[in-house]
Amino acid sequence: MKILAITAAAVLLAISAAAVATDESRIHLKDGADVATVLAACSVCHSPDYIEMNSRFLKRAGWEAEVGKMIKVMGAPIPDADVPRIVDYLTRNYGVE
Amino acid sequence: MAGSGGFMRLARASMPTGTIDSEVLDALPGKLPLLKHSFRPPNYETPVEYFNDAITPNDRFFVRWHLANIPEIDAAGWRLKIGGDAAERPFDLTLEQLKQEFDPVELVAVCQCAGNRRGLCEPHVAGVEWGEGAVGNARWKGARLKDILTRAGLKPDAVEVAFNGADGPVLEATPDFVKSLPTWKAVDDNTLVAYEMNGASLPHWNGFPARLIVPGWAGTYWVKQLISISALTQPLKGFWMSTAYRVPKGKFPSVDRFISQESETTIPVTEIDVFSLMTNLSEGARFKLGVPVVIQGIAWDPGYGIRRVEISIDEGRTWQSAAFGTDLGRFSFRPWHFAFTPRSRGDITVISRAINAQGIVQTDGWIANPAGYHNNVVQKIGIHIA
Repeated sequence: MKILAITAAAVLLAISAAAVATDESRIHLKDGADVATVLAACSVCHSPDYIEMNSRFLKRAGWEAEVGKMIKVMGAPIPDADVPRIVDYLTRNYGVE
Repeated sequence: MAGSGGFMRLARASMPTGTIDSEVLDALPGKLPLLKHSFRPPNYETPVEYFNDAITPNDRFFVRWHLANIPEIDAAGWRLKIGGDAAERPFDLTLEQLKQEFDPVELVAVCQCAGNRRGLCEPHVAGVEWGEGAVGNARWKGARLKDILTRAGLKPDAVEVAFNGADGPVLEATPDFVKSLPTWKAVDDNTLVAYEMNGASLPHWNGFPARLIVPGWAGTYWVKQLISISALTQPLKGFWMSTAYRVPKGKFPSVDRFISQESETTIPVTEIDVFSLMTNLSEGARFKLGVPVVIQGIAWDPGYGIRRVEISIDEGRTWQSAAFGTDLGRFSFRPWHFAFTPRSRGDITVISRAINAQGIVQTDGWIANPAGYHNNVVQKIGIHIA
């Protein structure tokens, strides 16, 4: 759901809605092979809305660079064997071919 | 003013589709609903409508964190450590000492994330896809960093001063967020360790109990939940200085230099950019022929002062000056307004642009750089006259 061009009334409505809504369990990544692997790898350090927010404009090389940065710079303990599966999932569901 | 419902701001329509689909209004504890980009770490921007006031209230001020371990700080137990190899006399401060033992200074200053408007960059670049609201303007009260460093006895060979906050990474292997300033900027009279924001304690999400205030420079230097200040004889190394928050050399020659952090190919982001934001117009808003349209906005720059804000309603062929509102100081948002009476029906694009006292004007197109910084492209909003 998106809420844009907010009016004062919409803000008031959102205040009551927000009382129950501050929760990343509302995020649902697209179903697909390896979505569980992606969530296990990424959600240790950040909510998966980072993935949705950065879509759809990265090509495969872009997602490879992001996953590589998470491993090499941020120290994410992602097994080598999982990397191509994660990049495949992100490219297919949140990238441009 | 019209323009709710199906209309979006023109700018937001050009954001990544996934950003538009996933952003929601959500309220962090103690905050009004803001536009959520990520829950963990929390990254929330201020909706543009809230900028109709020149001061951004604490419960509407944007929230930006890099790392997800953000402790609740107990004010009584909090200590600020001042030291480093370029400090003669290291010491600790309690919050009471910070407030009582140094002359308090108040100033109004804009805090803007270096990546503000990244989501509007074409082509898109990865990162937090901010719209126009990763910025806010508050009255800060605190101690001069210069006075704190003087008590510590700054050695003549101090090149930088480094700052660490209580926040930390989830994994030990992730680089902690530590930043530095060149000594000349650290001892600037306007660089503060602030413990009040708009007359109240800092909100947790904005750095309680104390944060660095670096007027004119990007938010990346405004370290929150400050716990240590280290005067250094060598430049600070680490991911957040050596790799992040940098732009290619030569692309932005007009900003303050941070020479000890420059490399052969890149320089650190320092000053924020001159900008003007229309705050009361929605894309697609409808107005009546012959009835004045009143546009409100704010403009800011790194602290040289806004010389002029200009409006065009004819695709940039001609420009007219807006009238200024109250001057809250050179580091503050400067409110402005402009009125015109439409004489023909149809669609109009309203463009605003600011020019600062150095004669620097906003750009017509984004100067591309890999991480999406320095986007100060003029804002355009389409309205309809019926």
